[in-house]
Amino acid sequence: MHNNKLYGIAAIFDNPDKIIAAAKKTVEAGYSKFDVNTPYPVHGMEKAMKLKPSKLGFITLVFGLTGSFLALFFMYWTMSLDYPMIIGGKPFFALPAFIPVTFEVTVLLATLATVIGMITFFFKFPENHHPLHDTNYMKQVSIDKFGLVIESVDKNFEIEKVKDFLNSLNPISIEEIYYKEKETYSVLEPRFLTFLFAIALVTSGSTYFILNKLLYMTPFNWMSEQLKLNPQKPSELFADGFGMRNPVKGTVARGFMPYLAKGQNNPTELLENPYLITEENIKLGKSKYLTFCSPCHGNYGDGDSRLRGQFPNPPSLHSQRARDFKDGMIYHVIVNGQNSMPSYAPYLNVEERWAVVNYIRVLQRAKNASDSDIQFVKKENLNNASN
Amino acid sequence: MNIDYSKEAPVVAGRLSLAEIEELVAKPLDTKPDRKYFIALSIAVSALMIGAISLGLSFYWGLGLWGNNQPIGWAFDIVNFVFWVGIGHAGTLISAILFLLRQKWRTGIARFAEAMTIFAVICAGLFPAIHTGRPWLDGYLLPYPNQHSLWVNFTSPLLWDVFAVSTYFTVSLVFWYIGLIPDFATLRDRTNSKIKKTIYSIFSLGWRHSSRHWQHYEKAYMLLAGFATPLVLSVHTIVSFDFAVSILPGWHTTIFPPYFVAGAIFSGFAMVVTVLVFVRKVFNLENIITMDHLDKMNKVILATGMMVGYAYGMEFFIAWYSGVQAEQFVFVNRAFGPYAWAYWIMVSCNVIFPQLFWFRKFRRSIPVMMVIVILVNVGMWFERFVITVTSLHRDFLPSSWGYYVPTLYDFGLLIGSFGLFFTLVILFTKTLPVVSISEVKAVAEGAQPSHHGGVVNA
Repeated sequence: MHNNKLYGIAAIFDNPDKIIAAAKKTVEAGYSKFDVNTPYPVHGMEKAMKLKPSKLGFITLVFGLTGSFLALFFMYWTMSLDYPMIIGGKPFFALPAFIPVTFEVTVLLATLATVIGMITFFFKFPENHHPLHDTNYMKQVSIDKFGLVIESVDKNFEIEKVKDFLNSLNPISIEEIYYKEKETYSVLEPRFLTFLFAIALVTSGSTYFILNKLLYMTPFNWMSEQLKLNPQKPSELFADGFGMRNPVKGTVARGFMPYLAKGQNNPTELLENPYLITEENIKLGKSKYLTFCSPCHGNYGDGDSRLRGQFPNPPSLHSQRARDFKDGMIYHVIVNGQNSMPSYAPYLNVEERWAVVNYIRVLQRAKNASDSDIQFVKKENLNNASN
Repeated sequence: MNIDYSKEAPVVAGRLSLAEIEELVAKPLDTKPDRKYFIALSIAVSALMIGAISLGLSFYWGLGLWGNNQPIGWAFDIVNFVFWVGIGHAGTLISAILFLLRQKWRTGIARFAEAMTIFAVICAGLFPAIHTGRPWLDGYLLPYPNQHSLWVNFTSPLLWDVFAVSTYFTVSLVFWYIGLIPDFATLRDRTNSKIKKTIYSIFSLGWRHSSRHWQHYEKAYMLLAGFATPLVLSVHTIVSFDFAVSILPGWHTTIFPPYFVAGAIFSGFAMVVTVLVFVRKVFNLENIITMDHLDKMNKVILATGMMVGYAYGMEFFIAWYSGVQAEQFVFVNRAFGPYAWAYWIMVSCNVIFPQLFWFRKFRRSIPVMMVIVILVNVGMWFERFVITVTSLHRDFLPSSWGYYVPTLYDFGLLIGSFGLFFTLVILFTKTLPVVSISEVKAVAEGAQPSHHGGVVNA
């Protein structure tokens, strides 16, 4: 055993009372580098060994609070700053709705930190090559015995003295524990490294396969390939192989109404104004007129828009010719266009066209008001004022 | 009945020595499995395969194979999810809450119940994942920076679920593993096989039963128990939010969180008793999982069963008291409508039969207890069915009423989830110690120092 070094001297006891007493006496004798090994935690051992209370709780506290704040801040940032969106009428920073996730993240982070902190800081990482492993001593304390080991690094350590001291505690047996001076690391063995390499290969290979191949196979590719007609793609369904089809002959578009007066010069007998001049109708006509007609004809139908001076000049709607038009004729012009005016049928539906016609009538009457009109307006204004 | 209540009954019966306890618990791991084990395993795996086939077909053809359709969009998938999450709750209750309450009797059953928690949460987690229809896209449930520059909706209860269930699973697993470390060390020191020794060495993290480590270990265990306790309450609360935060009559109820938690503990304890009755018999653990344990668990079943019964009554009262017509209709429809059969199965299994546990004789009779706990399991599954399906099938608009009928695939998945659960349980009994060796040793007679620590007298 001469190339092995002494780790310590261990004594084994057979009941919990004895081990507590032994731990107390060891502390009293001035040994500090010693440990007690028991198959389960023995009550009162911390006091007997004079251990300070565990500081593990601080790790838990710090990481728990970190978890809370991280979660809350992250939710605030995503929901209020990065992509603000109102959901269910809640405010951007909906604290009550953030509580569950905050709580879960707190618990998760605190738990993991406690365990990892315990293993790394307080257990100084897992030590599978510790000298105590695979000793007779360890086998016994693992089952039902209670052991105490005084390490050779203790400043009061002298083999004979320690043996005498341990014998005075009345143990069942005493054992010297040695360890190999030269440490070997099984982690660096070629077999283990090969194993690691194989795992790395399998993991990366399967990841590549899943992400780049598997997800493009049936059924995972569903939604990107669907059994439906795509206008830009060929179709096997038709003899000519085209996916983009003309509508079937005789197809009628939704909302299509045939225009009977098409191509006629003066179709007034076909077109009667079906709408009464109501306030609502005029308001609709005004808004449509200002959107579609005013860019050329001007806001009041004078033909004084910014196009004046171009060729041909946009015509005034107050000319005698325009005033003599029947309602149906104006409607006809809106639908078909005239000279360089295009058709406005795509932009205005039937009701809107008639509303525009009515509004043009309003403009024409206002521009060429008769005396009686003016008297009437004055009277109305007076009535309004007195009210 | 002459029971001396002034003395605490020993937790471990039969005056077992520490070595005997270890021998008893570690025996299934050292011996080869017998024929009965393989028969049980093959039954469980067959059920699992039925589930796997149903699942494969559901993936390939899509969820149209299931019975749920408008207006019943949530059916077996969500019912099974809530059922299995509930089963898991008993484990955490036993391992964490009873630990904080210093209930020594928990030691005999904690390991097994925790394992059941983990397996049940695995079963539960499957259902919301496959219920999305395209489970390979479930990554979108997590908030990660992506090309769409979109984030998940943190105000949605469905997202809270993702966080709650995944946290619950992780914490339960860690808690379970922490409890296993000293046992791994014990197994490592008693085994002669080289392969087993390597595996146990890796998982025992170099544990040396050192008192300097025990001190931190006990602290960590207490902290984890302290976290697991509010966590277990939060998980089923959040699951209940999936329903309660909506505005559907029959779901939109403030009693849901406590009602769900009580129901979860109720069903979880029933499942633990169901399985433990077999385990203690098969592995000769009658001295560690004693009749007292089963008696106490049956008392918990009785208590939580009555809480659930109270919630059933209170739901009806509130429906009437609220004066909301739609709400009143839903509850009358629940009890007397087309799904009345499900409602009355639920009430009789959950409220009426457990009342037999008022009698000590029934609490301590294995056959009676088996019948009742299986009925409770059935009843609690139906409770989730009643909540989910009856609320959906007739809501505000009579023109969109419907009637849900499950398909073969729905049943296949249900059977498959039981198969998965029992396969994991059966494998667990032969691979890991089903009872915490170190914890049971610590509560055995004479394991702790006598009252004065032997020091004062020495």
